[in-house]
Amino acid sequence: MKSLLVLRVIAKMLIPFMLLFALYVQFHGDFGPGGGFQAGVIGAAAIVFYAIIFGLPAARRMVPDRLVETMVGLGVLLYAGVGVAGMLLGGNYLDYFVLAHDPVHGQHRGIFWVEVGVAITVSGVMLKIFYMFAGRGRDLDDE
Amino acid sequence: MSALGHYNYWVTVLLMVAGLYIVIARSNLVKKLIGLSIFQTSVYLLYIAPGKLVGGTPPILAEGFRLYSNPLPHVLILTAIVVGVATLALGLAIVVRIREAYGSIEEDEILEADR
Amino acid sequence: MTLAQLPALVVVVPLVAAPLALLLRRGLAAWAIATAACLFSFAAALLLAGQVAESGAISYALGSWAPPWGIEYRVDALSAFVLVLVSGIAAVVAPFAWRSVAAELPRDQLYLFYTMYCLCVAGLLGMTITGDAFNLFVFMEIASLSSYVLIALGRDRRALLASYQYLVLGTIGATFYVIGVGLLYLMTGTLNIADLAARLPGIAATRPVLAALAFITVGMSLKLALFPLHLWLPNAYAYAPSAVTAFLAATATKVSVYVLLRFYFTVFGVHTVVEVLPMPQILLALSIAAILTASLVAVWQAGLKRLLAYSSVAQIGYITLGIGMASRDGLTGAVVHLFNHGITKGALFLLVGGIALRAGSANFDRLRGLARAMPLTSLGIVIAGLSLIGVPGTAGFVSKWYLVLGAVEAGRWWLAALVVGSSLIAVAYVWRFVEAAYLAEPTAATPGRGEAPFAMLAPAWLLVAACVWFGFDTSFSAESARRAAVLLLGGGAR
Repeated sequence: MKSLLVLRVIAKMLIPFMLLFALYVQFHGDFGPGGGFQAGVIGAAAIVFYAIIFGLPAARRMVPDRLVETMVGLGVLLYAGVGVAGMLLGGNYLDYFVLAHDPVHGQHRGIFWVEVGVAITVSGVMLKIFYMFAGRGRDLDDE
Repeated sequence: MSALGHYNYWVTVLLMVAGLYIVIARSNLVKKLIGLSIFQTSVYLLYIAPGKLVGGTPPILAEGFRLYSNPLPHVLILTAIVVGVATLALGLAIVVRIREAYGSIEEDEILEADR
Repeated sequence: MTLAQLPALVVVVPLVAAPLALLLRRGLAAWAIATAACLFSFAAALLLAGQVAESGAISYALGSWAPPWGIEYRVDALSAFVLVLVSGIAAVVAPFAWRSVAAELPRDQLYLFYTMYCLCVAGLLGMTITGDAFNLFVFMEIASLSSYVLIALGRDRRALLASYQYLVLGTIGATFYVIGVGLLYLMTGTLNIADLAARLPGIAATRPVLAALAFITVGMSLKLALFPLHLWLPNAYAYAPSAVTAFLAATATKVSVYVLLRFYFTVFGVHTVVEVLPMPQILLALSIAAILTASLVAVWQAGLKRLLAYSSVAQIGYITLGIGMASRDGLTGAVVHLFNHGITKGALFLLVGGIALRAGSANFDRLRGLARAMPLTSLGIVIAGLSLIGVPGTAGFVSKWYLVLGAVEAGRWWLAALVVGSSLIAVAYVWRFVEAAYLAEPTAATPGRGEAPFAMLAPAWLLVAACVWFGFDTSFSAESARRAAVLLLGGGAR
């Protein structure tokens, strides 16, 4: 009982920082190790941590299954959408040069949105995998 | 720079062969997947280690530095790592379903059950 | 979006259709999006093929970064041909899939099936069109991972083990390919296929480059199921859903053959492959082994799907036989058989899918007297079977013709005799179906009178008609194959 209380208090203190760290990794991918995939995994890890401490049904209430599946599709659409936007604005597919008033800012904008798309999809996929594995019925006869 | 100097290639080959051996020699489905992961890890090393040039700095433009380590292998391997993660997740999901369908994850027991 | 964007759109449209199908969550809407995307890709592939035939290879710079720094999509005679095949099969199987998959999968999983189908199509098309070696690996894994999922969706629980085995072997194959590309990158500093072709001739005989050739050969041989690396194929084809088997049998191994051709002849060049390493002899030996053993094993199978799967291994042996000849006629035979076998096996597995729907499975004990119950299906299987054998008037004959021509030109009369003789084994396993369907009496397990639904029969018969059409009118298939062979042997990229 006592240890469970300690775990819950620490978890409640740590999880916001984990999510914040995920955002930090996401936006500083240009300057240090990081980017969409890593940020997505850290964000999902925060939710998984929550699920481990507080139980899977609580996590499912906070981040429902529909939301997770929508995140998976939405991220990919965002990435592909940036590519199509490049085509619509006159360049080739995934052309970042045409996305803003000058090529350098266009690259910034393109990479930013593409990484956001990647982060959304990756955190959705990691959560979905966790939900699928953790939510299976438990066998009572383990050899 | 004798053969011993190329220690990164030796480690690569060791991991490659160890991973392949585990895939072939172990009949437990999860162990096979772990061997597969080790095999894929050796490939990451194959790409990244030669990317570091002796005396090279990180690839940031700065005064006075002319030799940059190659950042491209890192990008390629990030992609390869994601592919490896996805393959491992998919493989484990299939193993979970196999366990539910057959009651075992030993390959010989599963093949027996289907005979 | 103008015609200049077609090389990107042919891949992007199925790729975008996948998350759309996922978000829509309804089986019918997902199927509609998947079918529309495949039809668009087919139209785009035809337009691209026409453009390439008129004005030569098309180069498309992804992200407007000029090659070789950026990723390049390159459509030339060979990739345009394979694009048409893959998108065509995808467009034909998609309408078929609705009834077939609805009968084999639970209702709430249907949209997931179409998501994976779109991803597989996008991956295969991307593999074909890309001109960057690592981008090829990415698309290869997209196609492979989605095909592992598609196979695992089969009703039989053995589909799970089949998918697992395919996953392990396919991942080893893809990783071998990456090792090969890594060695090439270390030696040349570039990943662009045309640039690799330009930089390799000076260093072609060095050990890392030869090791790269070996790794890429083994990796792609695992993917294209060259004997003896074919062990995943019979199980995967037999237990997957019928629509999946039809699609993968007609496309997945063919695109892997395309990758092998691309690396052998465009990147390494015919000199390295033929003279420095004994690739032709090795390919010849393995192909002959594939043709003979797989055809013989096919004769003894208990189920029609497994029989056709082993037949596929044998037919892939014919394709690699053509590659091993490394001559213009041999390569023409290989490329045209890639196309002809794709449509033949596609037709066969679509028809077998109809039988599976009506009879519950395709084991021979359920096929007795089938000709009375499903006359059109049986006739279609016989015609497509004739194409497998290589009877004049069907598409299979055209490919065997070029292979025999290539063998005779090289002075290898025994090889020509082998190509003709092995077709007799094909007669044996096609005769098994004819005997069961036409000459045996119907049993209790045979389905009652009534064909498969029109939505399933029509695409299948479209492909059967194509088998016969391309046996007579070879202006598209053989001509494109000849142009591709000339391009490959011309050495380097244009």
